[in-house]
Amino acid sequence: MDMKRDYYEDIQLCKTSTALVLTIGLFCCLVIIPFVLGDYNLYLLNLIAIHSIVAIGLNILVGYTGQISLGHAGFFAIGAYTGVLLMVKGGIPFPLALILAGFVSSGFGFLLGLPALRLEGPYLAIATLGFGMAVTQIISHLDFAGGHMGLQAPKMSIGPFVADTGVEQYAVIMSVTAIMTVAAINLMKTRVGRALVAIRDSEIAAEAMGVNVLKYKTLAFAISAFYTGVGGALMAFALAHISAGSFNLILSITFLAMIIVGGLGSIMGSILGAALLTYLQIKLQVVQEAPIIGPFLLDVSKRFFTAEGLPNIQSILIGGIMIAIVIFEPLGMRGIYLRFKRYWKMWPF
Amino acid sequence: MALHGVSMDVEEGRIFSIIGPNGAGKTTIFNCVTGIYRPTKGNIIFRGQEITGRKAHYAAGLGIARTFQNIELFGHLTTMDNLLLGRHIHMKTGVFSGAFFFGKKFPAAREECHHREVVERIIEFLEIEAYRNTFVSALPYGIRKLVELGRALAMEPTLLLLDEPTAGMNQEEKRDMMFWIRDIRDDFKITIVMVEHDMNLVMDISDEVMALNFGVKLVQGTPEEVRNDHQVLEAYLGQD
Repeated sequence: MDMKRDYYEDIQLCKTSTALVLTIGLFCCLVIIPFVLGDYNLYLLNLIAIHSIVAIGLNILVGYTGQISLGHAGFFAIGAYTGVLLMVKGGIPFPLALILAGFVSSGFGFLLGLPALRLEGPYLAIATLGFGMAVTQIISHLDFAGGHMGLQAPKMSIGPFVADTGVEQYAVIMSVTAIMTVAAINLMKTRVGRALVAIRDSEIAAEAMGVNVLKYKTLAFAISAFYTGVGGALMAFALAHISAGSFNLILSITFLAMIIVGGLGSIMGSILGAALLTYLQIKLQVVQEAPIIGPFLLDVSKRFFTAEGLPNIQSILIGGIMIAIVIFEPLGMRGIYLRFKRYWKMWPF
Repeated sequence: MALHGVSMDVEEGRIFSIIGPNGAGKTTIFNCVTGIYRPTKGNIIFRGQEITGRKAHYAAGLGIARTFQNIELFGHLTTMDNLLLGRHIHMKTGVFSGAFFFGKKFPAAREECHHREVVERIIEFLEIEAYRNTFVSALPYGIRKLVELGRALAMEPTLLLLDEPTAGMNQEEKRDMMFWIRDIRDDFKITIVMVEHDMNLVMDISDEVMALNFGVKLVQGTPEEVRNDHQVLEAYLGQD
């Protein structure tokens, strides 16, 4: 058993030596991976990393603060377009454009947070839904944003370094993700994070503790939008092309599904959920290539469904997996992890 | 109207109890003082400052702490974190300093450690060390009452409002609570206003008692005076 000697141990990043070893192991893996995996798998990891940033942002709002949002595709779009436009039209270097994309999105988050103060539950869901849909509509009709054609994104570059290859892109995206993950973990462990959880658990008691509920709720929206905006900008550069149509309601709901499947109110859950759903979405697109089961599923799809081919099977499988996780482990993948950890601590008894 | 023409003065360093049958408006007084309700008429003055109609977090910042009749704890947090929320007004860490600290030397980490030490002293005072890292939703009722009291103490208030501190407790727990309330007044120098139904407890520890009925003040005075007042007896026992 780990004995604590110092209060700092309560809030440090790796609380136990096991956690420290695991973190270092994970770090080493992330460093070695690009030299082992091909470009396609790196691309998949990039998507997972970007979705993790968004999921963390959404989880800060939904999981920690207890406010719902069905409009995060809107912030994602705002981040993506701001990042690209600042670089292309404004000539602003990539790192600054990335941060500014976060702040612009955060500004919109603040604005959306103001009316949201008076709304709760389903009403807030509808208000944010409206926001997400409006953003997509507006962007797709903006002349300087390329209209329906979308925009071509330049390459990511830091000073003279230009991220040309898959490995370089991976390095940039993974670094940003790591920084933002650590920041979120720290934030949720200190004063601001505690105040957010307090609002979720009992608004009236939070207020009685001197927490300015209005301020912190808007702050939660702003922080969440910042994360999502940075994620959006990274996505634009990773895909090299963006169009307004891809930032739709389905995307907002997918983000929400990620944090529910991963685990509400947990940074690690956000990452696990983002990883699982992103992986499934990409891999199930080529489910017919899987041995034995692939051709069988394709056959089932062709025989029983009107629209021929894979999309049916893909959605059904993702839906099925999501339902199974939520039914059998309401805490999501984090719950599975916690169970595993408890079991491991007692092992071999 | 929940309260009508009720006027009360609480001297610093005393235990002031409010009694009265259900629906008399006792908790309403608390809600007005802490800014949860806005009174339609009248003033609330705290240490010479007008606080009528101010937001609830403002009252907390001035040093008014309270507990709730039906425990309002943060269920998904541990005892430690619940008490740390009581330190919220004394802490400064913002979004940036809270997100970026990498070692003991950073201000956010130093502040966090300092306040954990403060909270530790309260945990010790209330003898709830065993529950320090337990999620409060998993704690038994009596302990949760204590955690809520601890959370209010962590705010280092000058005025503490206790809403039925011993409701649902057994005799032994009630006696302990009585000693703690006294200690809070004597050792922490905190003024206490208490709503309580247990008459023995009220009469034992109060310096002053006010009786309410249907939102109207019946009588105010020493426990002795209130105990023998015929209006109070009527309100509690019915008319003869």
